[in-house]
Parts: sequence; C-alpha cells; structure tokens
Amino acid sequence: MFSVFRDLIRYNMEFAVGVVLVGAIVLFSLLSFISPVDPTAIYTTIPDMPPSAEYWFGTNSRGQDLFWHLTFAFRNTLFFGLSVALLSRVISIAVGLAAGYLGGWTDRVLMFVNDIFVALPTFPILVLFYFVLRSDLDMFKLALIMACFGWPYDARLIRSVALGLKHREFTRHAVFAGMSPVKIMFEEHLPYVMPIVFATAMANMIWSIGLEVTLAVLGFTNINIPTVGTALYWANNHSAMVVGVWWWIVIPVVLIVLTFLGLFLLAVSMNEYIDPRSRLRRMGA
Amino acid sequence: MSTYLVFALKRFLQFLAVVFTGVSASFFIAHLSPISPVETIIGRVSGQSAFSPEAVESLRQTLTELFGLNVPLHEQYFNFLRRFLVGDLGPSLLAFPTPAMKLVGLALPWTVGLLTLSTILTWLVGNILGGLAGYYQNSRLLKAFGIVAIGVQPIPYYIVAFLMVIIFGFLWPVLPVSGGFAMNVRPSWSPEFVGSILLHGILPAASLVIVGLGTWFLGMRALVSNIVTEDYVTYAELAGVRRERIVSSYVIRNAMVPQLTALAMSLGGIFSGTIITEQVFSYPGLGTLLVRAVNAGDSAVVLAVSCVAVIAVATAILLIDLIHPLLDPRIRVE
Repeated sequence: MFSVFRDLIRYNMEFAVGVVLVGAIVLFSLLSFISPVDPTAIYTTIPDMPPSAEYWFGTNSRGQDLFWHLTFAFRNTLFFGLSVALLSRVISIAVGLAAGYLGGWTDRVLMFVNDIFVALPTFPILVLFYFVLRSDLDMFKLALIMACFGWPYDARLIRSVALGLKHREFTRHAVFAGMSPVKIMFEEHLPYVMPIVFATAMANMIWSIGLEVTLAVLGFTNINIPTVGTALYWANNHSAMVVGVWWWIVIPVVLIVLTFLGLFLLAVSMNEYIDPRSRLRRMGA
Repeated sequence: MSTYLVFALKRFLQFLAVVFTGVSASFFIAHLSPISPVETIIGRVSGQSAFSPEAVESLRQTLTELFGLNVPLHEQYFNFLRRFLVGDLGPSLLAFPTPAMKLVGLALPWTVGLLTLSTILTWLVGNILGGLAGYYQNSRLLKAFGIVAIGVQPIPYYIVAFLMVIIFGFLWPVLPVSGGFAMNVRPSWSPEFVGSILLHGILPAASLVIVGLGTWFLGMRALVSNIVTEDYVTYAELAGVRRERIVSSYVIRNAMVPQLTALAMSLGGIFSGTIITEQVFSYPGLGTLLVRAVNAGDSAVVLAVSCVAVIAVATAILLIDLIHPLLDPRIRVE
C-alpha cells in the first residue's frame, strides 16, 4: 500500500498536486478543533473588516471572524462529502458485486433498478425532501438521502469488473473449494474493485459537496449549520458583492474550487493508475 | 428491423418504469409534508379580514375536498395517478385558482430550449475538440485547452454561473444578467423579441457550456488516445488514407458511441445544473418556478415540477437510446 502511494507521488504530478491541495484543505478544517470562537455566535467581532493581520480572512457582516468560521464550514462540508461517499460506496459495492457475480435474474432486477435511479433527476427530488422536512433536514439526513442517489453509476462500473472476474481461474477454484457466494464476493472479488471504489469515492465527493453547496446557496438546507454553502448563502443574503465585502464570497469560492480541483486530480490519477497501460507509459517503461 | 422494434419496446417499458417510480416517489415524499396547503390558504385569507368560525370551517371543508385530502392516503395516491394521466395536478397556491400544470407549462419551454441548445452545443464541441486533442497529441493549443478543462471541470454550476454574474453584471456590464427577455419588449414572434430572448440566453447558456465542456473533452481525449493505438488505425495510416478522414470516420465516429451513452446517463445531472443556472440568472424556467414554489409552500407546484422533470429527463434519455442503434450497428444484433 505504501509503495503504491510512493510511486504515485513520484511519477504522477496530478496525484502529488491533488494530495497537496486536499491535504491543505483538511489541515485547514482541522484547525476548527482549536478555534477560539463559537461558529454559530454572531456579532462577536467588528463587522465588515477586510483581511488583515488580525483577521486573516476578514470579518463578515454578521460579525464573525471569517477564518475560524470557514474552518468549521469546511469541516462540516468535508465530513458531509465523506459520509455520502462512504454510505453510497456500501450500496454500490453490494449491488455491483452481487449483480456481476450472481448474474441471471438478480443481475436483471438490480440493473433495472439501477437504470431507474440513473434516470431520476436528483435535484428536484432533494428540493422536495427539503420542502417536506424543512429545518429537520440536518446534515446526516441529507447525507443519507444523497447516498441513496449517489450509487448507480459506480455500481454499474463495479459490476462490469465483477463480470470479468467471474470467469477467472481463481473464482472457479474458490467455488470448488466450497466458498459461499457472499464470501467469494467480499473476500475474492472486493480487493480487485477497491481501486475503482477509491477513484469513484473522490468523484462522488465532488458531486455531493457540489449539490450541498447549491442547495444551501438557495437556502434549501438548515442555514444555521456552518458549511461552505451556508457561508455563501449568508453572503448573498447580505448582498456582500454589492456592498463591497468581496472577501466574504471570494475566499470561500477560491477554497472550495481548490478542494474540487484536488479531489478531481486524485480521482483522475487513480483512474489512470488502474489502467496499467497508461501507468507504464508515464513511468517511462 | 424486428430486433430494433424489440429493442425499442424494451426501452419504452423501461421509460414507463422510470416515470412511474419517479412520479410515485415524488407523490409520497410530497405528502409526508407537515405543511397543509389547506391551512396555508386559510391563514392567508383570514389574515386579510375577520371571518366567523363557521365560515372558516366550511372554507376548510371545501378546500380539503378541492385538494382531495378527505380520503385515506392510498386512495389519494390512486386519484393522483388517475389525474396525473390527464395532466391535472390540482390548483397552485402561488396564483391560487390557476392549475399547477399551467404554471409548469408556461415555464417548461424556457428550460427545454436552454437545456437542449446548451447540451447539444457542449456535447458536439467538447467531443470534436477532445477527439482532435486525442489524435493530434502534440498540438500546444489543444494541450493548453486540456489543462484549462481539468481546472474548470470540477467547479459546480452554481459557482461558474455566479462568477459570470459578477463579471458581466458588476465588472464589465455588457450582457443582461437576469430575466428571459427585456422588460420593454412585447412577447410575440417579432425580431426584437426573438433577439432579446437570444441575448438574455447567452450568459445562462455560456455558463452551462463552460461547465460541461471539460467533461466531454477529457472523456473523448482519453477514449481517442486508446483508439489511436488500435490496429485498424495503423493500417489505415499505412494504406495512405487521408488524416482528416481517419480522424473523422475512423477515430471520432467509434468514440462517439460510448460518449452518447454517457450523455444519456448524465442528463439528470445536466437538468439539475439548468435549474440552478436559471435561479442565478432569474431565467423564467422550471428552476425559478421550483424555488418560488418552495418558498411559498406551494406543494402542488413543487410536485408538478418534480413530475415534469422526471418525465422530461426520461423522455430525453429514451430519445437518445432510440437513436443509438442507428449510429452503432453492433447494438442492433444484441
């Protein structure tokens, strides 16, 4: 595992840049644990101060120190993205491996459901959930709902790999040795799909964080929880761009774009690593 | 030809299943709502003037009947399905006696127009540029474009649209940043009106194109750089087929097929993007209607928008799937 990581850092610029970007954002969000301020309290500092030595990212019109506020926002947002990715990975692995290995009617039914989920437009349905739950829609419920929509692409990808594994020698050996289908799926086939699981997890985080930001900006989540989206929501609410408090919008936007870029580069480089042809080309073999 | 009919029939059944599931899910989610449309209207009416308790009670009964809420949930569901088939989803709250479907019908052409135009443009330009970049791997210009595409691709719709509003609304105000057409033009088929629509459509469409272009470019480049190493391409090169012909009919045409599948699979996401873009640019489409309806607590319109969204996306996917075998002869045999 460690040698794979070392090779990726050494031979893959994209991976190295991605690690640096995501690492920096994670460190930034971890600062929230030593934060001296309460992220939900307002009017604790002088409002509308531009970035300075005292307030690194300035303060917003609600009298919050933007630096510490954003550490909480990024912690919540990253945690949210990670939970959606984890939950939807569980579904996509289970569905993908079962459909690929068991085949037949299981495959047909699962892929039928899969195709329905691919075709459903997620955003109006998420808005519908907000409409019903209103302020009861906390981060965990939202993560759970999004995980139910974030699995179908990746399940199909995992299924295609599992289909190939099914006819390999070692699967037949495992069957003859009396392994149960569940054991074959999770002990023999799972390691082969793990690279895909990691690569798609990054893409999934981009998707879920993007949707969360969008929902929050429209005011369709609990706007009292500090996230990147709600930070932008309050900035719009106070017309930050019009009254000249540009740092309130520019700083979160730059940071979230760096996060997306980092996650995207990680996903791309892992995808490339999965394909041995392009890996060899890059290592100059 | 009969295999194509079987294929089309199978796809159509799948389309029906998608619509049924989506519409049913929307119904059940919407009816979990603790906000009663009846109480909302009563609140609004009795806020304006005083009524006797008997009058309020009879109003409540009439409205409950009007919204069909006086029967158990499963009967409401069947009533909903029956009325859904004839396109009736009840009165809206936003503009009270107007049917919700009429409001959706007014908003739909804007969204469909914006979505169709920007999606086709994005897909074609992204794929052609990506195909060229995969084939001419040493071109500096295309390499630079690839780096830009990687940088822009992961940014969500909202942020791109918002940046465009800041740039073209505050820093360099040359294009209209809100609305579907200018206030002083009367809606008709006159050149002024059409021109105004096009002018107001530039920014929303451009933001959708900018976000979408990178995905298709990168996907196509990766596909083509694999196809280029195939034997038949080498053979065509050795046989002296002109390079433009190799790129267009040997390489790009083969790579288009998986990209078409990808287009069908990503339509749902593109649709979500359009909704947000509309909201940012105050474009008079489904997205703006949806946001207004949510803020007004109008369950009928929210439900109608979700149902129409499900149908619209499913129809587009069905259409793409039906053209698919005409482009790729291998699918017909399957």
